[in-house]
Amino acid sequence: MDKSLQTQSIICVACPKGCRLQIQRDGEEVLVSNQGCKRGVEYAIGEMKDPRRMVATTVQIEGARHPLLPVYSAAPFPKARIFELLAKLRSLKVQAPVKEGQIILENALDTGISILASRDMEQ
Amino acid sequence: MKIKKCDVAVIGSGPGGLAAAIAAKQHGAKNVLLIERDREPGGILLQCIHNGFGVEIFKKDLPGPAYAQHFIHEAQSVGVEFLLDTMVLEITREKRIFASNKSEGMLEIQAKAVILAMGCRERTRAQVRLPGARPAGVYTAGTAQRWVNVEGFMPGKKIVILGSGDIGMIMARRLTFEGAKVERVLEIMPYLSGLMRNYVQCLQDFGIPLQMQHTVKRILGNERVEAIETVAVDDHWQEVRGSEEIIPCDTLLLSVGLIPENELSRQVGIHLDPLTAGPFVDNYFQTESEGFFAAGNVVHVYDLVDWVTGAGLRAGESAALYARDCLPMNKKIAVQRGENVHHVIPHYLDMGSLNQREEQLQMRVTKPLEQPVKVQVMNGTEVIASKALPYARPGEMVTISLKDKHIEPLKNAEQLVVQVVKRED
Repeated sequence: MDKSLQTQSIICVACPKGCRLQIQRDGEEVLVSNQGCKRGVEYAIGEMKDPRRMVATTVQIEGARHPLLPVYSAAPFPKARIFELLAKLRSLKVQAPVKEGQIILENALDTGISILASRDMEQ
Repeated sequence: MKIKKCDVAVIGSGPGGLAAAIAAKQHGAKNVLLIERDREPGGILLQCIHNGFGVEIFKKDLPGPAYAQHFIHEAQSVGVEFLLDTMVLEITREKRIFASNKSEGMLEIQAKAVILAMGCRERTRAQVRLPGARPAGVYTAGTAQRWVNVEGFMPGKKIVILGSGDIGMIMARRLTFEGAKVERVLEIMPYLSGLMRNYVQCLQDFGIPLQMQHTVKRILGNERVEAIETVAVDDHWQEVRGSEEIIPCDTLLLSVGLIPENELSRQVGIHLDPLTAGPFVDNYFQTESEGFFAAGNVVHVYDLVDWVTGAGLRAGESAALYARDCLPMNKKIAVQRGENVHHVIPHYLDMGSLNQREEQLQMRVTKPLEQPVKVQVMNGTEVIASKALPYARPGEMVTISLKDKHIEPLKNAEQLVVQVVKRED
């Protein structure tokens, strides 16, 4: 048996079911079993090669009822760069009004992923 | 006092209330009034800025405010009337609602049907009886969530969280994002009370330690929390001597469960189930008081907002039919909990609806079974419906549906018993 063959168990976070996936890694090859659906396979391969997470936080807003505007990443963001993204967002200040889905930060940290407003916020 | 009349009045504009108001309007209620005590609609979703909402309904992974926004827009477009910044003070059996707000003073609202959608509340320190001093720095996780996500300030810098509920785990991540150090999450039970995915992406991802079968023995500090003394517990919830540990911190957050908020329901005299702390309901989500319906977490606490919306839609539809005098009322069968079922909703099943739609029974198990299980609906010793599942956990609601094919076997049933038991095959 190849020495690089490793088995590990991870919990899928693609949906709230929380399937316990079995992953075998044979060099570049990732073999997944025990998944509840095909999204589990995608998640497991991503987790092995390029782990990503959805990021939700707030940015400062001026001229609105609240001091903060909730924002989120349009797609899962590289896990290792989350704190870098948070620091960037902490430096932003937007002006009301804002519409839900409006781009707050385009192509964040050159990942191609935009940060969107989570809600409308009127003046 | 100003008097308003409406077909359907909905109390609370969280996901349950919004869905109920929309469905009531869509099913022919003429005037639907949605009453909210906050200055804007959306309820607790507005402070739940994390994603994970809408996976079932929209097939999208939305943050809470975006999920709420969709239904706020829909309610506005179907013509639901919003009454914001308005506190309901009293409801009478005759469906007269007394409320007050700044612009109109006292108001009386006369409704043909009332939908209760007050949601739930967090258990507090007093309800879990934590010994020790009473310094500042002990908050529920949801209070901290509102401060951090909406109002813009932090509850503290070094945090211990009691309880592995979803809000607690989500706040552990959120506070880490904002620069706090979450020292520990403690769970008194031997299993997680929230979803596994939240353990993975909120605790494991950030190296936040979770200790099962541990609790707070004592809170230390006078003006402000200075430390928490923790202790391990055995399988009988007894403290394990010598396992005590002092964790220096300035904040203790509690994520120790949610209780349906039924102060107003109690005042009307609506009969509440001590097991759920919510009203007894039938499959229309009608309470035992005719014309009073209940939508969402006010009935029992759901795991997912998508299911709250589903429950709200049904309650709204039923209330509209009631207001129009066309809610079918047939023979009702009692649905009772059996082996390993903590509670099951609805409490009564109106047989008349089964020829038009599937009826879902929603339950929570008492004990975790980490092995193949079957959910069974029994009429005496006869199995009416059965469903196989890979496991059953108290943190994850279990459902089973009854369909038109079950009408015949249910014809002479007086009561059904639902159980979740090990599968041997």
